[in-house]
Amino acid sequence: MRYAMAVDTRKCVGCSDCVVACQTENNVPIGYCRDWIVELTDGTYPQLEMEIRSERCNHCANAPCVRCCPTVASHIVEGGIVLVTPTECIGCGACIASCPYDARYPHPKGYVDKCTFCVHRIRNGMSPACVEVCPTKCLYFGDLDDPNSNVSNVLKMRKYKTLIPEAGTDPQLYFLI
Amino acid sequence: MREEIIVSGRMNPMVDPSLQIWHWQIPLYLFLGGMAAGILCIAALYFIRGRENDYRTAVRITPFLTPVLLVLGLLALLIDLRHKLYFWQLYTNIRLQSPMSWGAWTLMVITPVSFIWCALHIRDLFPKWDWKYSWLKAIETFFNKYKKVLAWVMLIYGLILGIYTGILLSAFNARPLWNTSILGPLFLASGLSAGAAATLILSKNKEERKQFARIDLVIIGIELFLIVHMFMGFLASTQVQIDAARMFLGGPYTTIFWVFVIALGLLIPAILEIMELRKYHIPALIPAIMVIFGSLMLRFVIVYAGQASRWLY
Repeated sequence: MRYAMAVDTRKCVGCSDCVVACQTENNVPIGYCRDWIVELTDGTYPQLEMEIRSERCNHCANAPCVRCCPTVASHIVEGGIVLVTPTECIGCGACIASCPYDARYPHPKGYVDKCTFCVHRIRNGMSPACVEVCPTKCLYFGDLDDPNSNVSNVLKMRKYKTLIPEAGTDPQLYFLI
Repeated sequence: MREEIIVSGRMNPMVDPSLQIWHWQIPLYLFLGGMAAGILCIAALYFIRGRENDYRTAVRITPFLTPVLLVLGLLALLIDLRHKLYFWQLYTNIRLQSPMSWGAWTLMVITPVSFIWCALHIRDLFPKWDWKYSWLKAIETFFNKYKKVLAWVMLIYGLILGIYTGILLSAFNARPLWNTSILGPLFLASGLSAGAAATLILSKNKEERKQFARIDLVIIGIELFLIVHMFMGFLASTQVQIDAARMFLGGPYTTIFWVFVIALGLLIPAILEIMELRKYHIPALIPAIMVIFGSLMLRFVIVYAGQASRWLY
């Protein structure tokens, strides 16, 4: 099993519904976020191109945060989901410094926090909160090892990219272009 | 002109707009640990080579600084932790992939060793010292018997401590400035030169001072070579590492790096030490303090600049 997410940059309008849904679902402290919107404008006026991405933890297959963690707080569970156990985290910040996507943040309570792919929902057969609420249905979530899953199907049909694959992290967040 | 504008909705404290997860505690600890490692390595090396009487200060007196340096360093590390009550988790796990984990275990060995080494030489500071309890005396006799083994442990763990402070940073490939294997040897060299400078300050023996001025001079040469080598590596590497080097070559860290680390911390003390060896009268205190200050500044500049360097996507 290999959980992954695909983000359709052509359908995303940058409404931030995914951000708010995540903050509500996961009780993210005020002023912090586990997922976020990036808007990229490229080109020369009037030939401008825009890309909107809903970003979050890439749940890397070769996760530097898990490698750098001096305890076993940062770990990988079923489907390759990268999680943090608050009671094993010492709040040293090594994982935060090791993430090229800056997807982690120090929770005000001291431990390090991040996107969990809503593992508590997945385990109950539901999809992550961000995917559930997206009004343009631009987020796809599923098992890459299952050729008939949502995410496998859309990656077969469309061109996609990952973010800084040259960082050697083997990211599992795919951006449809 | 083609332009690219990136707007991110993320504003997590200490992560955005640029990483600021590590503040003064980490560079201070890297400096204190590195200097302690330098002092202990030099002491152990001269003891093993049987030069204890020639370099009495370096072997018997300067190591008295290390328990203080290490305890202050550990305190800085503890202050840095955000989930302090769980710090013991460091010692219920051994994770070889994480330099921070084996650094924690190295400290667990070298800190008691530094205390024992000082205890064995306590009569050099307080000639009338008496351990009072017989079991304390028994411990002293035991370690005196195996002093050479202790010195080897001190040398090996001192080297690990000195080099790990650099490897700790170079393990983070997310920060292009840190992601160079030069940082390990560079921080080790910088710690050794700070350790040699400490003996230069404390020693009253002219021959010993001369020897340590020479040691300092050689290590400064090695440091300069490693720094040039590091920039050559960056400039011949990928765009993100070229950008990292540019922070020091015209970018925001240019002045602080070239003035405080290179000029005040390496070049001027080197010139002063050469003048001293050529029989000009220079108080040994001045170049020694400059070297220690440069060593501290190197850690601060690298830790802060490293957090500002990043991948672009």
